[in-house]
Amino acid sequence: MAEHTIRSRQRTFGRYSVLLFGAVVMIGPFIWMVVASLKTDTDIQRIPPGLLPNPVTGANYTRVVDTFPFWRFMANSIGVSLASTLLQLILATTAAYCFARIEFRGRNGLFGLYLATMMIPQQVVIVPLFIEMRNLHLINTYAGLLLPTIVSSFGTFLMRQAFLALPKELDEAAFVDGAGHLRVFFRILLPLTGPALATFAVFAFMASWNAFLWPLVITSGSQSHMTLPVGLAQLQGRFSTNWNVVMAGSVMSIAPIVAFYAFTQRWVIRSVAFTGTKG
Amino acid sequence: MVGVSGWRKAGVIIVFLSPSLLALLAFSIGPMIGTGWVSLHEWNLIRPARFIGLDNFRELWHDENFHRALRNTLYYLVGYIPLVTAGGLGLALLLNTRVKGVALFRAFYFLPVVTSWVVVALLWKWLLNPKDGLVNWMLGLVGIDGPGWWTSQTWAMPSVILASAWKDLGFVMVILLAGMQTIPETLYEAAMIDGAGAWRRLRSITLPLLTPSLFFVLVISLINGFQVFDQVWVMTDGGPAGSSTVVVQQIVKNTFDYGRAGYASAQSVVLFVIILLVTAIQMRLQKKWVFYG
Repeated sequence: MAEHTIRSRQRTFGRYSVLLFGAVVMIGPFIWMVVASLKTDTDIQRIPPGLLPNPVTGANYTRVVDTFPFWRFMANSIGVSLASTLLQLILATTAAYCFARIEFRGRNGLFGLYLATMMIPQQVVIVPLFIEMRNLHLINTYAGLLLPTIVSSFGTFLMRQAFLALPKELDEAAFVDGAGHLRVFFRILLPLTGPALATFAVFAFMASWNAFLWPLVITSGSQSHMTLPVGLAQLQGRFSTNWNVVMAGSVMSIAPIVAFYAFTQRWVIRSVAFTGTKG
Repeated sequence: MVGVSGWRKAGVIIVFLSPSLLALLAFSIGPMIGTGWVSLHEWNLIRPARFIGLDNFRELWHDENFHRALRNTLYYLVGYIPLVTAGGLGLALLLNTRVKGVALFRAFYFLPVVTSWVVVALLWKWLLNPKDGLVNWMLGLVGIDGPGWWTSQTWAMPSVILASAWKDLGFVMVILLAGMQTIPETLYEAAMIDGAGAWRRLRSITLPLLTPSLFFVLVISLINGFQVFDQVWVMTDGGPAGSSTVVVQQIVKNTFDYGRAGYASAQSVVLFVIILLVTAIQMRLQKKWVFYG
């Protein structure tokens, strides 16, 4: 019995060592980023590198906000991501409701079209999309930044599945009571699709927050419309050898999402896991 | 439909479906057709487009830059997918046990997934800085003279692969972990009674029952991997000397730097066809190895 306990203790110890090692590999770089952002120009080039900044300086952050409208980038990122997520949710849930609950001719064909576009990556249509936005005079505008992101065939698919999983008796009872489609959709079905809705919102927000290529292409001529990833790439172009400044910008750009993640991580991870089992 | 007339139904469809459908046509299907159309033209986006038939595709056939971009994209996939799958599987196995603090570790491992590609690319560009980067300093501690990473033609692509796998490990981990948790505990209990060891249980129970999740990971990774761009653009800009250029980068460069939108569209068409083919092949092969219990 005693030997057994020792064995299992060793195993637990081994397991925690590996878990800790993993945590160092995954979190260490972020901590190193924060440390670097607080170092002076000479301190950061020191070999071997100091584990802590000596002296601690906040000057790099000042340099970031002095050279670039970084708060503007952040406001743009937050605004565009929220708007994009909200519009995607509205468009996808309403379309999904039609596909799941209303019978009409050509429904299956139309839904097939949605599924087919899941195969079209945005990277592939970037050239015509750019030309289209130019013809609409939407280059360097928020509308140009936002519009191509508002429809998600993945989200429509996900929400259709969620609606289909709900018993039809629910809406039939409501119709008997004199409710219309709008009421059935908003008041009865939508509140019951919580997990799918949350999953979709998480994916939509992350995709929008992290998007790079389209914002790069569409806002290249207007700093005031740039989002954080694009602004950060600009920062690197300007301070290519000052890694402390680049890291300060990086810290600033991930701070909002990390703060948000710290409170919602369980829910975010559950949402991602959800697509793996239901997708 | 109870109590809803045909006209009202039509009205509901218009109100509910048309916004989404219009957006789909305008920003997805339309541009897709547009890509095909532009690919048959010579167009610098300033003067009117000139129809040139399949000339762009003919030129692609002989374009050494494009071939290299294709090879590099494949190189990326071949390096990235095994690394991220094996790493994600390892982390998932580690977390699929009842030890205290699992949720915390899981949250840590997932953090790079919510971080943008640009930040991850910048962070790794700095960690892999040949002169004063952390990685080469640590390699130096154990007596290894670290390579030039993204400044070296040989190591530029491995640098990109390393950073990308690190970012996506957490995603693969969560998907596989979700798959593992659907495997009934009774299977393991029965195997243990039969005297199966940990390795045997992994090979005969966990892995076969995890194939649907692995398949999902593979499909997603391949589709995303073919479109690799952000991290390349930030870390190497395709360099040094074109040694890490990828297909999407060629598309962007041709459109916006060389004024060759038609040629870039031809590259897009080729990329799209490749993604379509690879996904179709995967769907076919799925029956051979994916086990739906």
